[in-house]
Amino acid sequence: MSTKQPLSHLDWLEAEAIHILREVAGQCANPVLLFSGGKDSLCILRLAEKAFRPGRFPFPLMHIDTGHNYQEVINFRDQRAAELGERLIVRSVEDSMKRGTVVLKTPDEPRNKHQSVTLLEAIEEFGFDCCIGGARRDEEKARAKERIMSFRDEFGQWDPKNQRPELWNLYNARVHKGENIRAFPISNWTEMDVWQYIEREKLELPSIYFAHQRDIVMRHGAIFPVNVPLASGELINQPKAGEEIINMQVRFRTVGDVTCTAPVISDADDVSKIVVETATTTITERGATRLDDQTSDASMEQRKKEGYF
Amino acid sequence: MTTQHNDSLLRFMTCGSVDDGKSTLIGRLLYDTKTILADTLNNIARTSQKRGMEAVDLSLLTDGLQAEREQGITIDVAYRYFSTGTRKYIIADAPGHEQYTRNMVTAASTANLAIILIDARKGVLTQTRRHSYLAHLVGIPHIVVAVNKMDLVDYDQATYEKIKADYIAFATEIGLAQARDIKFIPMSALNGDMLVDRLDNMDWYQGETLLDILEAAPAAHSEQAEAFRFPVQFVCRPHDSANPELHDFRGFMGRVESGSIAVGDAVTVLPNGYQSKVKAIQVGNEQLQTAQTEQSITLLLEDEIDTSRGDMIVKTSEAPEAVKQIEAHVCWLSETPLSPARTYIVRHTTRESKAKIGSIQYKVDVNTLEQQATADLKMNDIARVSFKLAQPLMVDSYDKNRATGAFIVIDESSNNTVGAGMIV
Repeated sequence: MSTKQPLSHLDWLEAEAIHILREVAGQCANPVLLFSGGKDSLCILRLAEKAFRPGRFPFPLMHIDTGHNYQEVINFRDQRAAELGERLIVRSVEDSMKRGTVVLKTPDEPRNKHQSVTLLEAIEEFGFDCCIGGARRDEEKARAKERIMSFRDEFGQWDPKNQRPELWNLYNARVHKGENIRAFPISNWTEMDVWQYIEREKLELPSIYFAHQRDIVMRHGAIFPVNVPLASGELINQPKAGEEIINMQVRFRTVGDVTCTAPVISDADDVSKIVVETATTTITERGATRLDDQTSDASMEQRKKEGYF
Repeated sequence: MTTQHNDSLLRFMTCGSVDDGKSTLIGRLLYDTKTILADTLNNIARTSQKRGMEAVDLSLLTDGLQAEREQGITIDVAYRYFSTGTRKYIIADAPGHEQYTRNMVTAASTANLAIILIDARKGVLTQTRRHSYLAHLVGIPHIVVAVNKMDLVDYDQATYEKIKADYIAFATEIGLAQARDIKFIPMSALNGDMLVDRLDNMDWYQGETLLDILEAAPAAHSEQAEAFRFPVQFVCRPHDSANPELHDFRGFMGRVESGSIAVGDAVTVLPNGYQSKVKAIQVGNEQLQTAQTEQSITLLLEDEIDTSRGDMIVKTSEAPEAVKQIEAHVCWLSETPLSPARTYIVRHTTRESKAKIGSIQYKVDVNTLEQQATADLKMNDIARVSFKLAQPLMVDSYDKNRATGAFIVIDESSNNTVGAGMIV
């Protein structure tokens, strides 16, 4: 070739992510792919297909279930794992609560941060030396400094001041027994890149990402979904006295714990409309929708130091 | 912002100290390209107010960790993203203070362009020399010298021209001017002059704005034709598959680090030297006829060859050297000094070898660029070092090929990455 045509940004990001997944497979003895059924981890599943087919994935999938998930997402998670023919491990925060390793202050508090405990228990149970996750550096300022292969000590702690230098595309995933690596293949993707990739690859998503009618109340200035049915049949997020229930057209930009993930008002009912909406929005992905990041300026950083991905 | 998919991608870095206005520059780029969303802007407006500032301080956009906010410093390389609709950008934001060498080398290793900031009031300083030397050492092909804070020298053209002449003289002295593409631009990051908008304070400057330069810079690391280099990351043998067609499938998975490959090309697998031809190129289940630099692919060969991770597939006509001794410029990254008596691990492409230090010829004072004799290396030292290797590595010189000329040094006991090397 005489003149080089550089890859488009999506092709470049895809090639980088495949390279990272293959480095995990090549360097780690017992990795696992964290899979929640959310849009970022669905992108990673497609990347893993491109990286490893026609072979099987060289790692199982694992979900740390808070028990506070939208049923649509859980169904979608199971369906996708079955279609791929890959092994899905589910470990639940509620089991950690039964064991007494997770103690709630109030029964309906958000359980996102408690996932760290269950995750660390699962890492120990299976002896995983690497967890692949869908975190992106554009999501949050603590993540902007995270390595693509991020070292965690025996307690799962991230030490932001003492990270392994990461140069070129030479990743170092070496660990001693008990330590592990968190690998982030889509570190360099933005929310927009994710949606463009979903559109290009025609990926299916859980229905709650698209505009739908939902009962909500306004709470602390955010849209708060109410009376959400859990897998157990229990209705969670009861409205408080005096709150007015409104039926509104909304969609979720991120999916997570029902008690702390807020939807946005939207009529985007397909991926191309979401791409346009993402291009014109004035609020960051976590800004309006993740109530647990707003506790303090440093809440994500704090959770990550404690073993969160 | 548009939503098109075929944007190219440019990775660049910014070099400068706290006072050069680096954070303001990045904040301004993000702000003027409409990357900053309302809630983030509200947050920094609140923080600016809390800190008693009158205007919104855009440099707060690059504020990172709690520890950094407490100490008012930047600890580590941070990565930022913005898009203009024609191009996606990844900025590596390297702090300029202590640990500067380690952080700068890290940021430079993936950058194709460096913006070197100079304070118009101060001109070319020691740190400018340091940043320029490191950008040169790590092989960044495009350099933009941004003479910032022009508002504080009354947008004076003579001041700018003097700094430009000084810089050219210095860059010629270290070989940078001859080897790299250097551009100069006067600006005020604080006011936004010559970043995204020209404004009207410097009519004497008719050159490109910073964003014009970024939009036009070549995205590829090298404009020259490079040899095909394909380090094998992983071998796919799905023999447990129910599909009998796959029983003999043997796919070599990796990323094309340089050059290109087509179905039918004659290839050699190193270090063993087996020869074969490319039977197929795949990404997942999709078949390709050719593949080029930076694509992650699966290669199938005509012959059954025993190949594993760490081997390298090359075109038979352009094979690299397999060597058991290397000479390199090394940047030491660890608080534990290099000990010449110890054995380290060198990771080069997907291959590892134990390595012993042959000798340390000299280290470079990054401020004066003088060469000095030394017995060991401390964090942030740059030195010329020779290594003896237990396993052969397939190398090119770093100047010729960034991917096969680079390696990292790993401490076997801590597993830490302790050094970065560029093969001479």
